[in-house]
Amino acid sequence: MNEKFNEIPMAGNIIKPGNALEYKTGGWRAERPVHNDETCLWIKNGTCGLCWIFCPDDAIRLIEKDGKYSYEYDYDYCKGCGICANQCPTSSIKMESE
Amino acid sequence: MTTVERIPAEKMKIEGLTGDAAIAHALKQADVDVLAAYPITPQTIIVEDFEKFYANGEVKTKVIPVESEHSAMSACVGASATGARVATATASAGLALMWEILYCAASMRMPIVLTVANRALSAPINIHNDWSDSYGARDSGFIQLYCQNSQEAYDTTLMAFKLAEDHRVLLPVMVCIDGFILSHNVERVEMLPDDAVKKFLGVREPVQPLDPKNPITMGPLALTDYYFEFKEQQDRAIHAAPEVFKEVEEAFKKMTGRSYGMVEDYKTEDAEIIILTHSTPAGTAKVVADTLREQGEKVGVLRLKMFRPFPVKEVVEKVKHAKAVIVFEKCLSFGATCNPLALELRAALYNLDERPMVTDFVIGLGGRDVPPTTIVEGYNKTKEYLAKGEAPLYETLGVRK
Repeated sequence: MNEKFNEIPMAGNIIKPGNALEYKTGGWRAERPVHNDETCLWIKNGTCGLCWIFCPDDAIRLIEKDGKYSYEYDYDYCKGCGICANQCPTSSIKMESE
Repeated sequence: MTTVERIPAEKMKIEGLTGDAAIAHALKQADVDVLAAYPITPQTIIVEDFEKFYANGEVKTKVIPVESEHSAMSACVGASATGARVATATASAGLALMWEILYCAASMRMPIVLTVANRALSAPINIHNDWSDSYGARDSGFIQLYCQNSQEAYDTTLMAFKLAEDHRVLLPVMVCIDGFILSHNVERVEMLPDDAVKKFLGVREPVQPLDPKNPITMGPLALTDYYFEFKEQQDRAIHAAPEVFKEVEEAFKKMTGRSYGMVEDYKTEDAEIIILTHSTPAGTAKVVADTLREQGEKVGVLRLKMFRPFPVKEVVEKVKHAKAVIVFEKCLSFGATCNPLALELRAALYNLDERPMVTDFVIGLGGRDVPPTTIVEGYNKTKEYLAKGEAPLYETLGVRK
C-alpha cells in the first residue's frame, strides 16, 4: 500500500483478477468477535455453523482438529461487522473493543 | 505522430454547413464506432444529421438512442471501455443530467468526444446561448475546446479524437460551439477527403480495454488509501494535453494549412488594452478591435480556444504587457469573486509583479444579443476604470438595470 501514483494501474483498473485477497480489510475492525466454547453448538456437537454461513468475508472457519470440533478467525479479513454475534442462537459470540 | 501531407485544394469538399452539421460531418469522417445520444436543442442537428448518415448506410456506427443523457454518457463510457471510438452530443439541461457520468468518463480515462452546443440553464427555461452549461462542468476532468466558426467546429471535432486518444492524455474532450449563433448558422466549410481523415486519425489503440480473453475490472472502489493517487494520475494527464494538442494541430496544419492554437492572438502585440473572450463573441470583438484601431485605439483580442486545461503560460505571455485586460464571458458564477473566465485570468496573473487591470463583463446570458456596441461599452468603461485606477470585480452588461 505504499505505491506511488505511477506504480499503480491507470484509473483504478484491476488488471489481476482475484486481487481482493491482497486487500486486507481487517484494519477496518473496531470490535473483534470473541468465542465462548462452553455454549457453542459447533464445539459441543458439530451442529449449527450459522456464524460460518453468515460471515460475509469468510473470516470464521469451523474446523476439526485432533478429532475435536474447533474454530479459527481470520483477522486479516474480519471487519468486525458483528453478523456472527448477531446470528449465534446461543449468544456464544461477543463483540469486544479492539 | 502520424505522417500526413498537404491535401490539394481540388480534393477538398466545400459545403455550406451549420456548426452542428459541420460537427456531424466530422463525426462521420472520424468513423465513430458508437454514438449514444439523447436529443436536445440546439445540439439536435448533430445527431439528426448523423442518424441520416447512418440510415443512408454512410457510417457503420452503432447508434444508441438512449432514454436520457445520463444513459447516453453511461453508454459512451461502456463502449469506450471496450476500446471503441465514441462520441455524443448535448447541451444545457442534457449536460447537467450527464453530470455524474462526466466525472466517471474523465476519471476512468475514456477518450470520448462530447460535442456541446452551449445553451443557458433553466430556470426560466431558455434554449439560447450562454456558457453556463459547460463552464459548470469545468472541474469534471474534461478537456474543453471552444470554437468560433463552423470550419473550426469541423476541424476541432476531428482533432479532438486524436487529442483524447493519445496515450499521454486519455481523457474525454468537450468541443463547444455557441448554441444557435453557431450551431444553426450556415457558413462555408472546407472538408477533407475521407481517406485523409482516416490516415490522420487512424484506428484507436486502447491501452487497457475490456476484453473477455484478458479480464480486468474498471471503476472499482478506491478509498482513503488509493483514491488520491488516481487523482494525481488524472491531474498529470490533463496537464499533458497542451503538448499533445500542439502536435495534433501541427499535423492538422500540414494537411489543411489551418491551426488555431490554445489561444488565438489578434493584434495584441502593441495593444494597451486586450479583450479576452472566446467562441462567437470573439469574432465580434475582432471587428470592434479593427474599428477602434482605425480611431487610433491600441486594442487587441486574445481568443481563448482551450479553457481546460487553462493555458496559463500562453495567456500570461500575451497579456502581461497590457494596461488592462477586458474579459467578456457568458456565464454568471453566482456568489463568486468574479466569473469563471476572469477567475482563471486573475489567478494566472497573480504572480506577476506588475499586473494589468482586469475588468470582467458578463454578457449575453440566455442568448441576449451581443452587438459590437456591447463590446465598445465594455471597452469605454475599462478606459474610465484605468483613468480612475480601480475597477469593480465584475459587472453585467446588456441587461436592463
